[in-house]
Amino acid sequence: MDGSFDDALTGEQKIRNFNLNFGPQHPAAHGVLRLVLELDGEIVERCDPHIGLLHRGTEKLMESRTYLQNLPYFDRLDYVAPMNQEHAWCLAIEKLTGVVVPRRASLIRVLFCEIGRVLNHLLNVTTQAMDVGALTPPLWGFEEREKLMVFYERASGARLHAAYFRPGGVHQDLTPQLLDDIDRWAVEFPRVLDDIDGLLTENRIFKQRNADIGVVTEEDIQVWGFSGVMVRGSGLAWDLRRSQPYECYDEFDFKIPVGVNGDCYDRYLCRMQEMRESTSIIRQAVAKLKVEPGDILARGKITPPKRGEMKTSMEALIHHFKLYTEGFHVPAGEVYAAVEAPKGEFGVYLVADGTNRPYRAKLRAPGFLHLQAMDYICKGHQLADVSAIIGTMDVVFGEIDR
Amino acid sequence: MAEADLSIAGDRRARSLDALAELAAHIEMRRPGAVARSEIAHGELTLHVPLTGLVQLVEFLKTDQGCRFSSLVDITAIDHPDRAARFDLVYHLLSMYQNHRIRLKVAVQDSDMVPSITGVHPSANWFEREVFDMFGILFSGHPDLRRILTDYGFRGHPLRKDFPTTGYTEVRYDAARKRVVYEPVKLVQEYRQFDFMSPWEGAHYILPGDDKAKREHDGRKL
Repeated sequence: MDGSFDDALTGEQKIRNFNLNFGPQHPAAHGVLRLVLELDGEIVERCDPHIGLLHRGTEKLMESRTYLQNLPYFDRLDYVAPMNQEHAWCLAIEKLTGVVVPRRASLIRVLFCEIGRVLNHLLNVTTQAMDVGALTPPLWGFEEREKLMVFYERASGARLHAAYFRPGGVHQDLTPQLLDDIDRWAVEFPRVLDDIDGLLTENRIFKQRNADIGVVTEEDIQVWGFSGVMVRGSGLAWDLRRSQPYECYDEFDFKIPVGVNGDCYDRYLCRMQEMRESTSIIRQAVAKLKVEPGDILARGKITPPKRGEMKTSMEALIHHFKLYTEGFHVPAGEVYAAVEAPKGEFGVYLVADGTNRPYRAKLRAPGFLHLQAMDYICKGHQLADVSAIIGTMDVVFGEIDR
Repeated sequence: MAEADLSIAGDRRARSLDALAELAAHIEMRRPGAVARSEIAHGELTLHVPLTGLVQLVEFLKTDQGCRFSSLVDITAIDHPDRAARFDLVYHLLSMYQNHRIRLKVAVQDSDMVPSITGVHPSANWFEREVFDMFGILFSGHPDLRRILTDYGFRGHPLRKDFPTTGYTEVRYDAARKRVVYEPVKLVQEYRQFDFMSPWEGAHYILPGDDKAKREHDGRKL
């Protein structure tokens, strides 16, 4: 006999599951996400997200800075739609100080929040499509994002980290020229959406990769604390802009698109429809802004004086100096302010102790909860579906890691 | 028209405040003694809850038809180093069905073990990990209490007030050793912390050279 075969295995054999590191440098991880995946063949058995690779200690830093100095940190959370985060911070401060925002500033905020929503959804929809194999949509979508960032720049001076929303209003007024351009863009934009629609919606591969993947039920939403499109994709018409209106959203006419099946495909459809609704809100806001001139800051303790006033009044000059060195004081108290950010409910829990700095500020990011459910949603899916699910959850590590 | 708008808004605010007071009364009636104190400020309802009845109350809030706080929004903590019960644990809950929010506050001592609410709200998992990571509060009954946001092998709890903003260690890539090395923090400049609370006094640190002036003033001359 040529050798012995007493070590040959017969019958049922025990095979160890395969452990795989996904990321942190994987392009489909949408940032620095490390997933430890346990695979049984190609089926995901367990998924353990390791986050914190982009942790910058924002909450700690905020405790040693004034309220105004803290504002730019919010641009750096969800850097895909910066102004929506600033909005939550401003709302929290305004709630504690009792400042009423002038009407025009309120409209400008709505306008730029919706621009932020379009910015976010354009990035999400198109890059999620790229994760499942389509290369053209991001190229088309980013062209529109570029135009929107130019609007950001023309309003605030910065393409991305705008620091434009300020407690008590917005930093600068918009020029009539800019309003015209935004309106013209909003007229043309639905055609671009139609193009992306034509590329993806009935695309066979796109549907195969997204339909019935990552199904979320109504119970999952409650158990895992989902918000935003993750809720609406499953048929619940939950939108903070409608259910707990802030700013002046209650006077705008918009619909809340909802899905039926709660899978990746329905969430894609929701996002596409939300962009159309946002475009309509943008047009309504521009129309209102054109006929309603006025001040854009609630002049008082927490906002700077007008430039011209500063040149003539000593008190205004002192006020300006004190505001930008010492900052304003916020009365002691605690408040939770939430906005419907494009990714879901973005909240700020602010604890003030009466000084010029927050005693504690907690940033509640929607992506944190969505990513937490990775293990639950991915279980039983194929490895290739993991990237589709990460994409549909719309995770951005600026806000998750803070 | 603006006045009419304002009165409508004020009306709505008054109605929601009534609803919050009603909710607080409802919880007090169904769970007598579970809530130490309730307050309504800035249109938000806060319940102060003793540590022992926390999980039962959260479960009640989830299942009771009048409350239906089915969705956990946030868990965080606040550090008050000068208090006997050092930490305030803060829970935010939301009901999508009744469309209202609630906040629970629990005072926790440094040595206390907090019962985990992951059994009621699985989404509490990462929040409790974060609170453990940032404040060092321990949760009993948590399935997987690891650090979450800080580095692998990190020591200390950054959001405690006695943890310095600069931290204790810094990381850099060492070209000679071809790997990342951890070193004690070296600041090239004094970390400045301006204190504006009193207009005539600056920060509590000594600038280089200040010590000389002091020595001359109260030193050898006498």
